[in-house]
Amino acid sequence: MSDVNATPTAGRGAAVLREIMSGGSTRAILSVVAGFVIGAIFMVFSSEEFLAAAQYFTSRPTDALGAAWTAIAEGYSALFRGSIYNYKADSIVAAIRPMTETLRFAGPLIASGLGIALAFRVGLFNIGASGQLLFGALWATWISTRVSLPWGIHLVVAVLVAILGAAAYGAVVGFLKARTGAHEVIVTIMLNYIAAGILTFFFRTPELLREVDGGGTPKSDAPAVTAQLPLLLGSEFTLHAGFILAIVGVGVYWWLMERSTIGFRFRMVGHNADAARTAGINVERTFVFAMAVSGAFVGLAAANQALGVQAGLTPDLDGSIGFDAITVALLGSSTAPGVLLAGLLFGAFKAGAPQMQVIGLSPEITGVVQGFIVLFIAAPPLVRAIFRLPPPQKTTVIADWWHKLTTKGDAQ
Amino acid sequence: MSTVVTPGLFSLVDVSVSKKTPYLMAGFAVFVLVAFGFVGKTDTVAFQWSKEDDLIHLPDFIVASNVVGLVLGTALVAIALLSFVLAQRKRVTPLWLTLIFGLLAVVALLAWLAAGNTLPFAFIFGNAVVLAVPLALGAMGGIMSERVGVVNIAIEGQLLTGAFLAAVVGSLTDNLYFGLIVAMIGAALLSMVLAVFSIQYLVDQIIVGVVLNVLVLGITNFLYAQWLSSDGQNSNFPGTFPIIPIPGLSAIPIIGPALFEARITTYLAYLIIPTLWFILFKTRLGLRARAVGEHPLAADTVGINVARTRFWWVTIGGLVAGLGGAALTIGAVGAFGRNMSGGQGFIALAVVILGRWHPFSAAAAALLFGFSIVLRIWANQVSPGIPTDFITIVPYVVTLIAVVGFVGRVRAPAATGKPYIKG
Repeated sequence: MSDVNATPTAGRGAAVLREIMSGGSTRAILSVVAGFVIGAIFMVFSSEEFLAAAQYFTSRPTDALGAAWTAIAEGYSALFRGSIYNYKADSIVAAIRPMTETLRFAGPLIASGLGIALAFRVGLFNIGASGQLLFGALWATWISTRVSLPWGIHLVVAVLVAILGAAAYGAVVGFLKARTGAHEVIVTIMLNYIAAGILTFFFRTPELLREVDGGGTPKSDAPAVTAQLPLLLGSEFTLHAGFILAIVGVGVYWWLMERSTIGFRFRMVGHNADAARTAGINVERTFVFAMAVSGAFVGLAAANQALGVQAGLTPDLDGSIGFDAITVALLGSSTAPGVLLAGLLFGAFKAGAPQMQVIGLSPEITGVVQGFIVLFIAAPPLVRAIFRLPPPQKTTVIADWWHKLTTKGDAQ
Repeated sequence: MSTVVTPGLFSLVDVSVSKKTPYLMAGFAVFVLVAFGFVGKTDTVAFQWSKEDDLIHLPDFIVASNVVGLVLGTALVAIALLSFVLAQRKRVTPLWLTLIFGLLAVVALLAWLAAGNTLPFAFIFGNAVVLAVPLALGAMGGIMSERVGVVNIAIEGQLLTGAFLAAVVGSLTDNLYFGLIVAMIGAALLSMVLAVFSIQYLVDQIIVGVVLNVLVLGITNFLYAQWLSSDGQNSNFPGTFPIIPIPGLSAIPIIGPALFEARITTYLAYLIIPTLWFILFKTRLGLRARAVGEHPLAADTVGINVARTRFWWVTIGGLVAGLGGAALTIGAVGAFGRNMSGGQGFIALAVVILGRWHPFSAAAAALLFGFSIVLRIWANQVSPGIPTDFITIVPYVVTLIAVVGFVGRVRAPAATGKPYIKG
């Protein structure tokens, strides 16, 4: 390329255009589109009508094509009805309920996605969202079921304890990495299982957290009414304040990473730990602190899972959030708005499940779409090849470094 | 020994002989001696060595629980002392000694748990082997890919692919051997994706691995819900391989029935583990592979094609992991279940580390995890009071301890996790 050594100011218009075309947001959108297309293919091939019509495809192709179109249209409109607006519903409440369900499911995904995203930008791979979530939820459940406090204070304390518990569990990872050089991926995987074991033990033992009249299965009491996250839209909707926590988390994350000194230090270590060390940053301490903050964001999700229910909790209270959070952070390219949107998308996938079940399509189809989306995200060359995008611009090392420091969608 | 900090995935500060191992051993030994011996239970425990139908039937061995604790505790203290002496002489405690230590400690724990009961040794050992086979095969796949410098987080996805294809193809074709082969090829193709992305496109290996896991989980969950659960009779009813006792060997008391009355998947594992060890450490092929994993630049300099070596080792590692997946379905229970691997790929990853990237040690580590799973089930039955959840997490804690460097030396191939860009 001829403009390899061009300064950032030269040819700015073209550079900006190219940056958008090959940068995070376009790639994310195209990956989502490609994911939906592949999901459509799966829908077509699981449609009985299509498979029947495909038997005589050569004599009457319109039948098969029509059946294929019906399968796709029915599938995705069911997803739409289940996650955004149910135009077939009788009342306005029922019609907009899907949207509130999406927000409810998105809350923990966004919060834990922020945690993973933060670790990404420090150059750490936090696979331990599930462990951190369980550990935070454990202590939040202790506060919500075993301690009685006045209204208001109880909830605040429970949420703080969830955050602190998850942050502490995350800090252990950072500490072990900083102290012994153990890789955080292995440490977090092990700590996930250990947290699950500890939580199950607590939920199984009557002296600890088992429900008062419980049987042999590990289950906790329902959180006290004073410690429950309040419903936001009245009893008609299940949306609760956990979503507010996530939104606050997005704001805090944005400020922390883009405006604060700590965030600058995080990003510096993430870009080049050696350079950061030379510049006088204590990289080891930054690892510990970053993992603690990462865990704190996951703690918001822990509060959501532990306090956003009216029933007792079981040891699988984390669901698939731990791994979904990684996909959220990847799709959101570790930026605050990106994680918000990615969390909403995957929240919509979860919310759409019942409606898809109704039309006979397994809701697991959204798992396929989700899997392909992150596959395309993880493989930029693949997406560029499919959509014939220009290759990313090549710059000198210094220009590249400067460029990364001054733009936001930089982590992955 | 030098003090080198390698920034690879499993890197560790390489300590010159530390006394951590002896101290840790001493701690465990004293605990066993006191908890299971001095203040142990006085009820008797019956060690049941053989099942009723075994060829050579050994009588049960009946002894008081605390006597076992005292005897084994003393033996453990002796091993710990030996380890101290070795450390004094600047020698590392050998792995086999650590393994014997672990085994004795486990037996002491068993005797304590089984106080007033029978300890069905044959049952526990036999089931531990069956459960260890998928883990061991997954770990072999992991070793093959990490020895050449590619981190394989996707073992989970490979096991799941293998389990799914083995059950489904085995059912549809009514031929389990065909299902086995397709399972292996399917997992190898998945491995190829990992190889291409990480070697050709230099995408972060861990991210690709995680993404592949998410993808396989999504696809198999969907196909299971949409197709297998309604049409299970045709597509998810493979049955299992027959159990073939090996004449002679299966008559050996205690270990015979556990090791040599097994399915073909288990025997294949017996074959693959030593073969992999031989290739890795005794052939030129293995030397080249290890060179690529330790120092790709040096390997490149002497004319080894780094990218091609990595590609084929990772791909063939997928074949082996796919066999492990098949062992979950047609090598054990038959039908495929939703998310059947259920995190066993991650356990296999732990097995790789605990086994220090060595096939034999990894097989032993897989057996440890197999034991812990059986123990939890069995301990629940004999004494419901004890916290079985802690038995569940013991292997993970042990792995964690190994990773952070308290037990001996754990060092990954130096270039693991790092892409090689030919300059």
